[in-house]
Amino acid sequence: MSDANSRVNDFVIRFANVNGTGSASANGLFAKAIYRMGIPVTPKNIFPSNIQGLPTWYEVRVSEKGYLGRSGIVDFVVAVNPQSLEEDIASVRPGGYFLYDSSKPLHKEMMRGDIHFLGIPMMTLAMKNFTQPREQQLLKNIVYVGALAALLDMDMDVLRGIVAQTFKSKEKLIGPNNLALSIGFNYAKENFKCPLEIRVETRDLIGDRILMEGNLASALGAIYGGASVMAWYPITPSTSVASAFEKYCKRLRKDPDSNQNRYAVIQAEDELAAIGMVIGASWNGARAFTATSGPGVSLMSEFIGLAYFAELPAVIVNVQRGGPSTGMPTRTQQADLISSAYASHGDTKHIMLIPSTPTECFEMTAQALDLADRFQTVVFVMSDLDLGMNDHLTPPLQWDDDRRYDRGKVLSAEDLENMEKFGRYLDVDGDGIPYRTLPGTHPTKGSFFTRGTSRDEYARYTEKGDAYVRNVDRLTKKWQTAKEWVPKPEFFGEGNRHSLGLIFYGTTYYAALEAMDLLTEQEMGLDAMSLKSFPFPEEVQSFIEQHEEVFVIEQNRDAQMRTLLINELQINPAKLIPILHYDGMPITATDICAKIMAHLSVNALRNDAL
Amino acid sequence: MSYVKPVFSHPDLPANKVGYRKRDYEGAISTLCAGCGHDSISGAIVQACYELSIEPHRLAKLSGIGCSSKTPTYFLSNSHGFNTVHGRMPSVATGATMANKDLLYLGVSGDGDSASIGMGQFVHVIRRNLNMVYIVMNNGCYGLTKGQDSATADFGSISKGGSQNHFQPIDLVGMALELRASFVARSFSGDKKQLVPLIKLALSHPGFAFIDVLSPCVTFNNNVGSTKSYEFIRDHLEYPAPADYVPKAKEITVDYAAGTGTLVTLHDGSTLRLDKLAGDHDPSDHLNALRRHHEAVANGEILTGLLYMNKESETLHQLFNTVEVPLNSLRETELMPGTAALEKINQLFR
Repeated sequence: MSDANSRVNDFVIRFANVNGTGSASANGLFAKAIYRMGIPVTPKNIFPSNIQGLPTWYEVRVSEKGYLGRSGIVDFVVAVNPQSLEEDIASVRPGGYFLYDSSKPLHKEMMRGDIHFLGIPMMTLAMKNFTQPREQQLLKNIVYVGALAALLDMDMDVLRGIVAQTFKSKEKLIGPNNLALSIGFNYAKENFKCPLEIRVETRDLIGDRILMEGNLASALGAIYGGASVMAWYPITPSTSVASAFEKYCKRLRKDPDSNQNRYAVIQAEDELAAIGMVIGASWNGARAFTATSGPGVSLMSEFIGLAYFAELPAVIVNVQRGGPSTGMPTRTQQADLISSAYASHGDTKHIMLIPSTPTECFEMTAQALDLADRFQTVVFVMSDLDLGMNDHLTPPLQWDDDRRYDRGKVLSAEDLENMEKFGRYLDVDGDGIPYRTLPGTHPTKGSFFTRGTSRDEYARYTEKGDAYVRNVDRLTKKWQTAKEWVPKPEFFGEGNRHSLGLIFYGTTYYAALEAMDLLTEQEMGLDAMSLKSFPFPEEVQSFIEQHEEVFVIEQNRDAQMRTLLINELQINPAKLIPILHYDGMPITATDICAKIMAHLSVNALRNDAL
Repeated sequence: MSYVKPVFSHPDLPANKVGYRKRDYEGAISTLCAGCGHDSISGAIVQACYELSIEPHRLAKLSGIGCSSKTPTYFLSNSHGFNTVHGRMPSVATGATMANKDLLYLGVSGDGDSASIGMGQFVHVIRRNLNMVYIVMNNGCYGLTKGQDSATADFGSISKGGSQNHFQPIDLVGMALELRASFVARSFSGDKKQLVPLIKLALSHPGFAFIDVLSPCVTFNNNVGSTKSYEFIRDHLEYPAPADYVPKAKEITVDYAAGTGTLVTLHDGSTLRLDKLAGDHDPSDHLNALRRHHEAVANGEILTGLLYMNKESETLHQLFNTVEVPLNSLRETELMPGTAALEKINQLFR
């Protein structure tokens, strides 16, 4: 066993805790301290569908190179959960470290010869120094953070600074937390050779980036984007969008004179009602949105078809989780692309915006409200559990105070007064987007019946085939127009000069960019494109056309984005090679590289054989 | 086929306080069966809105799916309408109300739409005390799909095809009372004299106003043995509290002698007068309303009129403490917190 694998600012540490024991704040303290030391960091919660008692993990990747995807390799485990000890010991890479609570001895048969065991009697230390049982349990977690500070050479002042900031309003907690940090720190110093080969060094690599989760960013995007009605039904992993929206509305959306609310948040009886409320509010001219996950979208499907066909704005933040059915409710996937893109019966298609970072969650949720109004249709923001519920290092949120909302084609009383005849579903401008009126606008003009049944240009019910065809063909024209309004893809690499291309989207972005570096190190030339939207802008087709073979990397079993590309752009399926990962954990760069290399070597063998 | 209604109307017909004639409250010609109870209810809605001098565009009409939900086409053609999806009108009405508190909301549903597919939304809209009128045109059957029993069909009621219903009915009135809807009334499509004042009263009630209107299906449920036929209903009606609604402006002459009933002052200053025939029925007495309704059900009677009203209830907007202006009127200056606030938020995540 050797320590030859010296790793400065480049390792993964995994905390194994019991759900509901207050470990989250201790682990968050650790990750925040790394961030404040100027080192890129990615924390990920791996939690069960449970409130108390089941194992939960918190995995922190520290990466000087700035890689923010999951690594897949665990260098260091902090184990405070007896239930998962065996699994946790097995998870450490050879040569790695295993820090455990030695208040009770480890079973001999659990020991491995190829890793370092670091025993600290955390519970005993906590019991000796603190009196209340709950305090002992909570501060036991802070003890291991203190020990890590010594073992990894972290800056104790940074840790104490975060403690002081965290408990600014509960000052009496600062002392005990600092004491627990010192207890752990001193124990490690006295009993181990500190620092270890794996350690951190202060850097200045963060810039102005913040550490924020995507759901909060989406909620803020909705606030800045002008949503005043939010209707929702609790479902993991989207719930925190609603709670953050309400929390920040309380701060940012009060009338300063009356202290009354410039927003309404309705917890609906189910997802059907939630989307119904969104549609009702949009029909009546307020910006409205909901947040949900796959099962919720399934329930909303009938209403989504109504909004598509009756042409009403609606924004749905879909924080995807592992499916199908209840699936893996606390694991991540990108497996709702097809069910969102074509949600509802009949010929339907919906705009999707696909963020990769919390900053994009913010921008795209605000943009979704504009696009929904502009196109009078459903717009999905396709987030996922990894993005929504984990902190990500991301550029600061920015807004232009001069920005005005695009409310789309809404006629005023004056407009109605000055026009000859109002046709709700008439394509006046040739872009497929008709004009609409809001209830209550004009005493005698502009009223019409909104319905999910077929109608003519003047909103009159009809079952005549030609009127129906005119209407749905206009919806196709509207769809074509949308291609020019949705976010463009982002390109990586030196332009379109290689024969191989990579396509990815959403949270796959992090691991894919790292994979690109790894493949480049092996002297493979690649170009890459990160997709941001559906329908696909023109650039998407050109990128695919300019490459011989394109790997489509995604986190689902059925290569759903690849299917959309083939279906919408008439791409030869043989050209698009699926690179898939779908075990519920975020995809890794090593996994992507291995699958790409496997494909290329099989092809090479095949070519040799010819 | 489409029907075109003649636009001719008598020039001497009087205009109401806001200058509209009754004609302005009508809609397209009905495509329901001749004699359908629903058309009478549509007529009562037209009459009520005309008498109340509601500007047609200040009311929004919403419905679900079914024969009843088609009726909004047949009244108030100057009002925006929304024919939503089956059983989900309450949620759309909720969103609409949240967006603009200043309009009146009239929801029309049926017994299939409310008591079966839409049961969840029906009970939850009651819980929220949404400021709307919710009329169920209750005929005990699915008309548009040719006469299947609905969940409000009475136990033992015989369908047109001769089969007997073996299931207990869902009693929407009892349920609304149980859930403490802030306004519960029941009426009969054939009794315009009772129905029009009830609709007027409901439209002026701040909160959720539920009216269950028995409305016989002439095509599929008007046979001997049906408990939702014209004949059966007429034979079993009971009137606890004939009511008339007197708006604040006192435009409408009431043909009851003064001083013979109980006057109830409403939120907006208008009054409701309960005729002395009401006896001891006090619509603000919730327990009594429940008792009277359940007694009538036990006796096979149909208790009609205003059963319960809580004029002090808080509407959803009051509960949510929303601003005085409609949320849909807020602009960037009121909705957008600005870059300075955003920079402060960024700072919290550093």
